[in-house]
Amino acid sequence: MFGNKLHVSLYRYNPEEDQFPYMKKYTIDKPDRDIMVLDLLHLLKEEDQSISYRRSCREGVCGSDGMNINGKNGLACITPISSVLKKNKIELRPLPGLPVIRDLVVDMTEFYAQYEKIKPFLQNETTAPEQERLQSPEERDKLDGLYECILCACCSTSCPSFWWNPDKFVGPAALLQAYRFLADSRDLKTEERLNDLSDPFSVYRCHGIMNCVNVCPKGLNPNKAIGEIKSMLHKNKKDIIASDRI
Amino acid sequence: MNNIFTDNIKTIEFDSLIVGGGGSGMRASLELAKSGLKTAVVSKVFPTRSHTVSAQGGITCAIASADPNDDWRWHMYDTVKGADFIGDQDAIEYLCSEGPKAVFELEHMGLPFSRFENGRIYQRPFGGQSKDFGKGGQAARTCAAADRTGHALLHTLYQNNVKEGTNFLNEWFAVDLVKNSKDEVTGVIAFSIENGEVAYLKAQATVLATGGAGRIYASTTNALINTGDGLGMALRAGFPAQDMEMWQFHPTGIYGAGSLVTEGCRGEGGYLINKDGERFMERYAPNVKDLAGRDVVARSMVLEILEGRGCGEKNDHIFLKLDHLGADVLNSKLPGICELSRTFAHVDPIYEPIPVVPTCHYMMGGTPTNVNGQAFTRINDEDKLIPGLFSAGEAACVSVHGANRLGGNSLLDLVVFGRATGMHIQNELKSGGGVDSATRSDIKQSLERLNILNESKDGFDPAEVKRELQECMQNYFGVFRRGEFMKKGLDQLNEIREKVDNLHLKDKSDAFNTSRVEAIELQNLFEVAEATAVSAYMRNESRGAHARDDFPERDDENWLCHTIFDPKNKEVSKRDVNFQPSKVEAFPPKVRTY
Repeated sequence: MFGNKLHVSLYRYNPEEDQFPYMKKYTIDKPDRDIMVLDLLHLLKEEDQSISYRRSCREGVCGSDGMNINGKNGLACITPISSVLKKNKIELRPLPGLPVIRDLVVDMTEFYAQYEKIKPFLQNETTAPEQERLQSPEERDKLDGLYECILCACCSTSCPSFWWNPDKFVGPAALLQAYRFLADSRDLKTEERLNDLSDPFSVYRCHGIMNCVNVCPKGLNPNKAIGEIKSMLHKNKKDIIASDRI
Repeated sequence: MNNIFTDNIKTIEFDSLIVGGGGSGMRASLELAKSGLKTAVVSKVFPTRSHTVSAQGGITCAIASADPNDDWRWHMYDTVKGADFIGDQDAIEYLCSEGPKAVFELEHMGLPFSRFENGRIYQRPFGGQSKDFGKGGQAARTCAAADRTGHALLHTLYQNNVKEGTNFLNEWFAVDLVKNSKDEVTGVIAFSIENGEVAYLKAQATVLATGGAGRIYASTTNALINTGDGLGMALRAGFPAQDMEMWQFHPTGIYGAGSLVTEGCRGEGGYLINKDGERFMERYAPNVKDLAGRDVVARSMVLEILEGRGCGEKNDHIFLKLDHLGADVLNSKLPGICELSRTFAHVDPIYEPIPVVPTCHYMMGGTPTNVNGQAFTRINDEDKLIPGLFSAGEAACVSVHGANRLGGNSLLDLVVFGRATGMHIQNELKSGGGVDSATRSDIKQSLERLNILNESKDGFDPAEVKRELQECMQNYFGVFRRGEFMKKGLDQLNEIREKVDNLHLKDKSDAFNTSRVEAIELQNLFEVAEATAVSAYMRNESRGAHARDDFPERDDENWLCHTIFDPKNKEVSKRDVNFQPSKVEAFPPKVRTY
């Protein structure tokens, strides 16, 4: 419809060579079938070895190749170019809000630090039984939509609150995991977890903008999880006030 | 990174060093971090990007949940048979009997297993599973977290390593082993992908937990990072590889894309059909049909296609039918598969069958080890331990999978032997074991490859050479093999060797240079491919995944043995299979039918 060429505008930056980042244009023959954005990057890299990006599983489960594709965060490996092309043009940038190491590769230190901060591991200090701890299917169902997160950072880096306070606002990805452990019937540190989140920044900087929900490549809903945490915090606070009165 | 002189690089010292941040590496590191030994994991990707994350269907283990009378010895029998009798029975015994402990530990760590009504871990049927030593019908022994078991397992292990404070050198790439004058391993040369800094990571114990190398084939379910880096390093250091001809082709890779569709689909009741809509596995495996061993199912599919009964315009694939299971089962038990099919095959399994084709999936061979993860070499046809070197998971060949791995046994392998390796290193180092330091010239030797690449001014394009290598392996060493074709393949590999030794790295930057990583990965792939080709050409029989047109029968008289590939002279020798389990009688070889 718009000719047989594909026009790619790619964010380029190599700290050893470039004073500033710039957008570089590449024009290639339009592939005869629909390919993923990651395949498109492979084609470009065959022409220009100097292009850098992360990738691993190429099927949307490892979370390596989150990037900004025509203005929206997503995983390159499961985004067909047909779904994002506009007049045969495509613009690829690194995830916004994090320092760029090179080209599409961002420094995710701050993102991982927030993940570690919520203590992303089951805490249960009772003596473990010889077999598994029991959990009913209904209790286990509560973890669906939470544990599947692949830490691609598409959500947190699309969140204006995270851009503003990446050191203090935990961000949608890590909050989703915080709720994954709050919701787990086997975890016994609910109170401690809630206390760690009760300051004005960790959770409450979420203003329900919902960019996280809009971009999650796994179809998860961090905003809902954050809402659940807020309710738990609220209830916890009321319980504390009530017990003070007694 | 140009001109690296040994005087310039820094040494970072650890008690134990794990190369690879997948399931086996992080299970080993967890054990070691808890022990108080100074331990580091060096991983070329952030650990949760490792290929374990792609495992779907589950972890097979006799935890007696689906069937309270289940018995690890039945699992052992299935595994021995699945391996076509060249799995080591001492190792398989250890795998199956220790398995339940390792699986319950994962649950205690928080792994979100799916559940039965009684609150116990959900188990589903997988191929090659039986009750009562093959006499009691199909078993359901694969513990699952929906169809995302690998993801759940890998994240759980990472989370617990965070809890225990394991050191991670993430996005560091290990280039080569460092050996001292006594041929002991004293760590690796590695560089930071982010900034190009090169370091000698010195350790008393070095564990190769680098996973498989499915990328030697053009069509594979494996992640792009599965390039056999640990095995490549070991081979270059002159250490042998075992059973390298044994590559598993998974029956159901998505046609065209290669992505895995779990065997759990057939476990839940799905089945394969040809273009006539016939459930053809009934002809090849009348008893268990679609749940026969993976090698059997993959070969049957290829035969259907070769005989003109393949599906699609080109009659070149098979359909996996799931729609009869209904939306509820598919959405609750196989949600990841529905997602992958919609993305990569443009079909919704709730309504239409998925186009699939046998696809390279798993490396049964690897660095030979004992049940403690200790790597060994062969001197005068005897095993001789390599001080300082260990291996676990897909990179290792312990050997529990023999000539064909059963579904769900890889996740069990990596937790059981990752754990065993960690426990052994802990005991060894705490009782004063260790290795002598390397000298400057030892270290310099291990830097050679990096220096050559960094100084390359012309030569071959890595991307092109890789394609050539993958096509060669796909054409000559695939599901069916024949001597004369393999000879052609070997000749072609000799030509490719020249190119692999003379690659041109155009981009010399130190900042997140993925081209440098890919060039070194290609060299590792080549070592693995060569070991595969030479071993496959030698084994003049058909056994498990190794199917020869020209030697269609299994030959126990001559080939009931492991093959050992020696990288120094490119020769293959035989090694006895272990038939001495300690708690049960050995299972003798018999005709393998399903």
